Amino acid sequence: MQAAGLGESTAAWEPVLPWLIILLPLLGFAINGALALSAARKSADAVRAGGEFDFFENGRPRTHSLPTWVGPGVMLLAFLLTLVNFAGMLGADLHEPVVLSYWSWISTGELEVAAAIQLDQLSMIMMLIITGVGLLIHVFSVGYMRDDPGYPRYFAYLNLFIFFMLVLVMGASYPIMFIGWEGVGLCSYLLIGFWFSDEAKASAGKKAFIVNRIGDLGFLLAIFLLYLVFQRVDFVGIFGDAESVFEYGGSVITWVTLFLLMAATGKSAQIPLYVWLPDAMAGPTPVSALIHAATMVTAGVYLVARSSVLFALAPLSSAMVAGIGVLTALFAATIALKQNDIKKVLAYSTISQLGYMFLGVGVGAYTAGIFHLMTHAFFKALLFLGAGAVIHSMHHALHHTKKDWDAQDMRNMGGLKAYMPYTWITMWLATVAIAGIWPFAGFFSKDGIIWMTGAMAGAEQAPYAGLYTVYWILALATAMLTAFYMTRLMVMTFHGENRTGSREAEHLHEAPRIMWIPLAVLAVLSVFGGWINVSTDLRESILGGFGLLPMGEWLHGWLEPVTEAAHLIQETNLGEIAHAAPIFGGGEWVWGLISFVAASAVVLATLRLLGSRKVTVAVDDAEPTGLARFLYNKWYVDEFYHRWVVDPILTTSRVLWRVVDTTIIDGTVHLVGNGTRALGWVVSLFQTGQVNTYAFILTVGVLVILSMVAF
Amino acid sequence: MELDFSNQAHFIVALAPEIILSVWGIAILLIGVSRPDGPRTSSDLGWLSVLGILVAALANGWLYSVTEVGTDSMIALDRFALFSNWILLSGAALAVLISLSYVQRQGLQAAEFYALLIYSTVGLMIMAAARDLIVIFLGLEIMSIAVYVLAAINRRDPRSAEAGLKYFLLGAFSTGFFLYGIALLYGATGSTHISAIADSIASGNAHGALLVFGIALLTVGFAFKVSAVPFHMWTPDVYEGAPTPVTAYMSVAVKAGAFLAFLRVFAVAFEGAYESWWAILWWLSVLTMVVANFIATVQVSIKRMLAYSGIAHAGYLMVAIVAANETASAGLLFYLLTYTLMNIGAFAIVILVSGQGEDRLQIEEYAGFGWSQPLLGVVFTVLLLSLAGFPGTGGFMAKVFLLQGAMEANLVYLSVVLVLTTVASYWYYLRVAWYMWMRDAPPDVAGEPIQVPFAMRLALITSVVLIVYLGIFPGATLELARSSVSGLSAVGPGLIGLGP
Repeated sequence: MQAAGLGESTAAWEPVLPWLIILLPLLGFAINGALALSAARKSADAVRAGGEFDFFENGRPRTHSLPTWVGPGVMLLAFLLTLVNFAGMLGADLHEPVVLSYWSWISTGELEVAAAIQLDQLSMIMMLIITGVGLLIHVFSVGYMRDDPGYPRYFAYLNLFIFFMLVLVMGASYPIMFIGWEGVGLCSYLLIGFWFSDEAKASAGKKAFIVNRIGDLGFLLAIFLLYLVFQRVDFVGIFGDAESVFEYGGSVITWVTLFLLMAATGKSAQIPLYVWLPDAMAGPTPVSALIHAATMVTAGVYLVARSSVLFALAPLSSAMVAGIGVLTALFAATIALKQNDIKKVLAYSTISQLGYMFLGVGVGAYTAGIFHLMTHAFFKALLFLGAGAVIHSMHHALHHTKKDWDAQDMRNMGGLKAYMPYTWITMWLATVAIAGIWPFAGFFSKDGIIWMTGAMAGAEQAPYAGLYTVYWILALATAMLTAFYMTRLMVMTFHGENRTGSREAEHLHEAPRIMWIPLAVLAVLSVFGGWINVSTDLRESILGGFGLLPMGEWLHGWLEPVTEAAHLIQETNLGEIAHAAPIFGGGEWVWGLISFVAASAVVLATLRLLGSRKVTVAVDDAEPTGLARFLYNKWYVDEFYHRWVVDPILTTSRVLWRVVDTTIIDGTVHLVGNGTRALGWVVSLFQTGQVNTYAFILTVGVLVILSMVAF
Repeated sequence: MELDFSNQAHFIVALAPEIILSVWGIAILLIGVSRPDGPRTSSDLGWLSVLGILVAALANGWLYSVTEVGTDSMIALDRFALFSNWILLSGAALAVLISLSYVQRQGLQAAEFYALLIYSTVGLMIMAAARDLIVIFLGLEIMSIAVYVLAAINRRDPRSAEAGLKYFLLGAFSTGFFLYGIALLYGATGSTHISAIADSIASGNAHGALLVFGIALLTVGFAFKVSAVPFHMWTPDVYEGAPTPVTAYMSVAVKAGAFLAFLRVFAVAFEGAYESWWAILWWLSVLTMVVANFIATVQVSIKRMLAYSGIAHAGYLMVAIVAANETASAGLLFYLLTYTLMNIGAFAIVILVSGQGEDRLQIEEYAGFGWSQPLLGVVFTVLLLSLAGFPGTGGFMAKVFLLQGAMEANLVYLSVVLVLTTVASYWYYLRVAWYMWMRDAPPDVAGEPIQVPFAMRLALITSVVLIVYLGIFPGATLELARSSVSGLSAVGPGLIGLGP
């Protein structure tokens, strides 16, 4: 454990049972998993005896009532414990990470990896988000998944996911982080294919897993390279020595960071590996909220922020992070414009927002990136959960009359605000937050990123100043697109006339309390969550009520010990960043005001325009044409990948299978196998069962040995 | 406490575990005589034996606080002997646990059965601790005679009687070689004490021809007991015919005891003559690994398959003796411990499945077993994977340590053979697992539940938990093993890399 600060005395801080935070979800997994197994056994027995099995036939069995308490219960305890530790860390003036090492995990020659966790300001923020938002989503799931036969299995997976996610953010070295990284991937796969009897859903799970694998290769290569250079893989050791070992902008550090970036693009669904995320919407909606919006997909951003020292030393990689981020943001936003599936819109919106976070950490604004990660966790989780409530309700309504319409297609919705007022209000709050309307959370976090991009363009010795100016303009433009497609989603879902059908509409209903209470909590966070990181410039302007509103730059100060080193490297090499926009000048609050006004205008205009437009239900709707069709089909990227990546691989594989494998390799293996067995049979012929034979062979053996030593 | 043999009581201290077990064995015999035969008595005696072994284990733990002076005594009290006792005592305890229901079921004479088992354990402990070839021989005979009887103890079953007789005849034959080897060594060096032999070889006073012939004959004796090819012929027949718990016990404890004495004699006494014996063991090891694994693939009976698997493991273990360095020797101890746990566990399952008449012994009869008995199926699968050396199990780490030792000694070819034959062994281990999980049970036996008695459950849980523990956290145990062999006058790094 390290506690020595530089020059100043540091209040000693003892974390309270940090390992228990990780173990609690694992315990939940064990209990729920056992329940799931016992339930599966029961149904398998029933099926074997011939016949269908209905878990809810004779009331709710224990296997389906206990997870309600266990699943959210362990999350509540983990969240409370995290809060206790957070309070402790707040009280302590911590300058160095606290590393707690439990046992030696890998110990081979020069490589020593301890099973250690690292507690610092960054991991603490992530833990708060994971356990906090995770708790709310667990609670929501109780309502959403109640009637599913796989209820205990669902909670087992969800708990396991939290366990791995905590390992990911609390690990004190890259290999430990990698365990979490792979573990969350596994859980994501299991949960996307949760309803695995539906083939499309099962293959969506596979797609996510395989695409992520490509990124993971990058992660491994990065770890290997780092080990090669440092002979160690823990964060404290690597980041401490990085500056002296690597030359600024040198080739090794650039490769390391590019490999890390490759890993991050897989997990965080960025160009070119984003394609799995829209398909991942096949999973239950709370899963989309937790894994594919609030936590797991942000792991890439966390990875870059955690490795900030390395990225700061590699300006080329950083510029690529930012470039990929802003392009993804723009690209995904254009696709979201024309999607009709409510979850698809949110999926592309998530990709787009993740792009913003990448832009943030790419321009060296690590705090801004993490800040957006946090606010996004609030409002995007809220949007997904709201969408879940809508789908839940639509599903019930359609189910009543056995209408085979798509419960997720917004063209079949409309006017839902009359039936689901709480959901409607809370989702509007999240929408204005993501659209960047003052004073909601998204405004401050997104503005922070855009502003820092502009500032980077104006830095004294910025290497790619022109590029950063382009990034800045694209980021501003994307914000407008965001405002449009989100408003479109709200209009199509909640406003106008109901299109579900008159008989079905009778069964539309507000979500039960256990589902909208998490929505309400998230709504509060979406409104005020942005106030914890408002720069002095903004706070003292009109946007901060001239300093009267309770806002502050708390998060920036909080993360300072983690990001300090990277910022110093940047300042040394790039000089002071600018305090005015790259074109037209103007300070931060001016541009904040401009983007606020513009976004508001877009929201209002969209409301007016689309509010009066008639929408045709899905079954009667014509195929889109022209540019709309291009966007509707998602720029044909999936088709492109299929034609140029998947198909060639399949063809090659087929050849390899037919010729190389079946004929050559299998043939050889069979020959060897049969030969072995034949030889075994021959040798076993000596095994006659006669003692005199055995004694004879024994004697021969003795003679051979004696002759060996004699000659 | 320091041993001081001018004080007579210290003799008792030095041999505490052995004495406790011997007295316990006599007590069990007496109690057996005084009580009426019956399942109740049978089970009581079994638990009493377990208790006795635990008391001996306690004494063994206490001996860690006792230090001996010098290496002149005929029976050693060093870390190596104490670690050996852990292996042997755990083998014996597990063997008793899996015998309990079997002895009852088959109506064997419980008192004799458990007493013999305990006596043979005493013999093994003496073998492992002996510093004098005569004492080793004494231990060998104490153990062998008890085991001959144990193999034949089910008199009503002709297979058992045949096994006992075969084992006795061939055992006696090989003992002759062993004894002759001792005589030649005495002739060559003028002593039977291993330190004295080592000194004699080091000073160059030993008579060359007598020495190498003595070593060769001693090798034959050990090779017979550890069932190395071509001295293994008795193994499958005896293993198949003997009562299954006896087979289990023989396959682990007897083999372990023989290997422990093997290692001590070759690493200490014959250290200086490495040049003359390494090639013999090199070839025996290769031959054992290759032949045993080949034959195992064509077996249809699970007991015979496990017999050949046991022979194959002896081949792997001999690699450690050839390597003759600290890493390999520590690996051998680790391996023996793991092997004891996993093999006893596997035999326990065989006992459970074979049933009253010992008639379900074909591998085919395991079809669908995993699905009808999921818990036992998973346990058996773990045990099989460990035997095969699958990562995550103790069996894997054990092989890794052996390989590490072999590579340190530059035994490249031997390592390659070890790895390749291990890969081949996957075939016959996983074939059982394949039958268990991938094939449907024949309709007539489907759903027939197997009752697992408490003692059996205890043995299975212990072995599986420890195997997984050793697979994931091998560090502490390996450290202990390493400190146990560092006390031996263990040989420096092996001298030569490649075969002749």
